[in-house]
Amino acid sequence: MNAAPVIRLDGIVTRFGANLVHDGLDLEVAPGELVALVGGSGSGKTTVLRHVIGLTRPAAGEVCLFGEDLHAGSPRERQARQRRFGVLFQHGALFSALNVAQNIGFPLRELRIATRAETRDLIALKMAMVGLEPETAVLMPAELSGGMVKRVALARALALEPELLLLDEPTAGLDPERSASFVELIRTLHERLALTVLMVTHDVDTIAALATKVAVLADRRIVSYASLEDTMAVEHPFIERFFGGEHGRRALARSKRTET
Amino acid sequence: MNGDTLQRPTVALDADGAGVLRLGGDWTLRAIAKDAERLRKTLRAGGPDVHWVLDDVTRLDSFGATLLWQAWGRRWPDRLSLDASMRATIERVAVSAAKPLPDPRPFTLVDAIIVLGRAVLGFRNHLVDFVRLLGQLCLDLLHVLAVPRDWPLREISANLFKVGVKAMPVAALVGFLIGVVLSYLSALQLRNFGADIFIVDILGLGIIRELGPVLVSVLVAGRSGSAMTAQLGVMRVTEEIDALSAMGVSRSLRLVFPKVLALTLAMPLLVMWTSSMALLGGMISAWVQLDLSFGFFLETLPRVVPIANVYIGLVKGAIFGLLIALIACHFGLRVQPNTESLSSNTTSSVVTAITVVILVDAVIAIVTRSIGVP
Repeated sequence: MNAAPVIRLDGIVTRFGANLVHDGLDLEVAPGELVALVGGSGSGKTTVLRHVIGLTRPAAGEVCLFGEDLHAGSPRERQARQRRFGVLFQHGALFSALNVAQNIGFPLRELRIATRAETRDLIALKMAMVGLEPETAVLMPAELSGGMVKRVALARALALEPELLLLDEPTAGLDPERSASFVELIRTLHERLALTVLMVTHDVDTIAALATKVAVLADRRIVSYASLEDTMAVEHPFIERFFGGEHGRRALARSKRTET
Repeated sequence: MNGDTLQRPTVALDADGAGVLRLGGDWTLRAIAKDAERLRKTLRAGGPDVHWVLDDVTRLDSFGATLLWQAWGRRWPDRLSLDASMRATIERVAVSAAKPLPDPRPFTLVDAIIVLGRAVLGFRNHLVDFVRLLGQLCLDLLHVLAVPRDWPLREISANLFKVGVKAMPVAALVGFLIGVVLSYLSALQLRNFGADIFIVDILGLGIIRELGPVLVSVLVAGRSGSAMTAQLGVMRVTEEIDALSAMGVSRSLRLVFPKVLALTLAMPLLVMWTSSMALLGGMISAWVQLDLSFGFFLETLPRVVPIANVYIGLVKGAIFGLLIALIACHFGLRVQPNTESLSSNTTSSVVTAITVVILVDAVIAIVTRSIGVP
C-alpha cells in the first residue's frame, strides 16, 4: 500500500526559551503502522505528540495530518481534522465531573449527530471494546483504579471512530499484569479497527510487544526509524543504552519467546 | 489521497418493487456526519421486511453499524446480504447493545431524606472539623511560644505581603469610590434640610465603624480567602500536604498558622488604609458638592467621631481577618483530590466567609451599641 502518510513531520524546530529541543526533526507515519516514539527523558517525546495534536506549534517546520497541514483551513476544517484522531493522555484526563458513560459519550454528544439511543449503544460498544463491564458506567473517575482510568480514556479516544490514535505513555503507572493486558487490548484494537497508532513510551516490553516501527528521538532529531530488529542494529549510544541494558534484553527475549 | 477517498454513503430502494434496499459507499462516522438525519430517515423507511443488500458498502465502522442496528429495530432483518467482516462489526454492536448500561438511579423520597440527613450531619462535621482546626491552632500557638525557633517567620512574612500589601491598590480604589458615592448621596439629602455639616458625622461614623471593616472583609474574602482555599486544595490534589506530613512537618503550623496570623495582622491595617481612602473620597466629594473645606472636615472629624470607633473598627478588622482565614483554611483542607471538590469548596469558602463576617458584624454592633456613639 502506497498511501499518503497519516502523520508527516517536516523539519520541526522547537525551542523552550534558550533551550533547543528539536532541530530539524522529520518523521513520516504510514497508514496502519504502530509506531513507538522513544527517547531519553527530556528529549521532547511528549512535545512531538503535542505538536501532532495541535496543542503546541513548533517554532519552524510543518505538521501534516492525513496529507493536510494541521493548522491550515477554517476553524471548522481544523475541527473536522481534529476529530479524525483520538488521544490517550498519560493520566487519562477523564472529566472528573462526569461519570464513565458520560465521559465516553462526551465527544459524541458534542458532535450532535447521534441520537440518544445510538449514543447509548455506542457507549456500550466502546466499553465492551476496551473490556469494561456495563456496571462501571455509572462510576465516577475518582472511583476507578489506574488501569480502568486508562481503559475509559481509551474508549473515549475511540468514540469518534478515529483513524489515528495517539498514546502518551499508555502503560505508565500500571502493574505488569495490567500493563500486559492493556498492551494486548491496543494490539487487538489496532488490528480490528485498522488504526494507525503513534505512541510515546519508554517501556521496552510495550515496544517489543506492539511496535511495527520504532522512531528513536535523540540529539534533537529522529536518529533511527525502522523495525525493532533493525533499530537494534543501529550504532548509537542512546539505542545501545536503551535496548542493550539488562532489562531491555530480557524484554526482547521474552517477546521472541511468545512469537515462536 | 488518504483524506479524499471518502465515498458518500448511499441508500436506494430498487425501482422494480421487489423490496430490495441497496446500501453503498462509506458508512463511517465521518461520511455519515454530513447528512445523518436524511440517511437515518431513509433507513427507517426501509423497515424490517425489505431485502437489505450491503454488498456495495466499502467501509463500515461501529457508528454506521449502530445506525443500521437501530434502523432494524435492534434485531437482524430476515433477508440480508453482507460480507463476513461487516457482519462481525454489526454483531459486536448487537452483543453490547443487548446488555444495557445501568441507569443512574432516579431520585426518590428516600434519597431526599438521605440528602437532608447528610446535610445535617455535614454541618455537624464542619463544626467538629472547625473546632479541631481552632484547637490545633491554639496548640501551635502554645508550641511556638514555648519554642521560639519554630516560628514560621518566612511563611508569615510571605503571607503578609500577599494578603496585605498586594491588596492595597484594589482596597484603595474601592474605598475611595464608595466614599465618593456615599458622600454624594448623603449630601443631596442633607442640603434639603440645610444640615450640610452633618456630612462629617455620617461619613466618619459610617465608614470608620461599619463600612470600612465590612467592605475590606468582603474584598479580602473574595481575594485572599478564595486564594487560600484554592492553594490548600491544590496542595491536597497534588499530595503536597501528604508529603509534608510524611516528612513530619506539621501542616497546621506551616500552612494554616501563618495564613491565619498574617490575615489577622494585615486586616486591621487594611481597614485603616481603606477607611482613610473612603474618607478622602468623601471629603473630596463633600468639597465639590457642599463646598466644605478640607480643613474644616479634618478639624470636625475627631470632635464628632469618638476615638473608640477607630478601635472598634480595628478590632473588627482583626476578628474578621481571623474568621476569613480560618474558614478559608478549613475548606481548603476539606478538598478531595478532584477538580469538582476544589471548585465547590472554594465557592463555599467565600460564601461562608462573607456570611459569617456579616453575622458577626451584627453581633458586634449589638454588643457595642453603647460604646463610641456621641
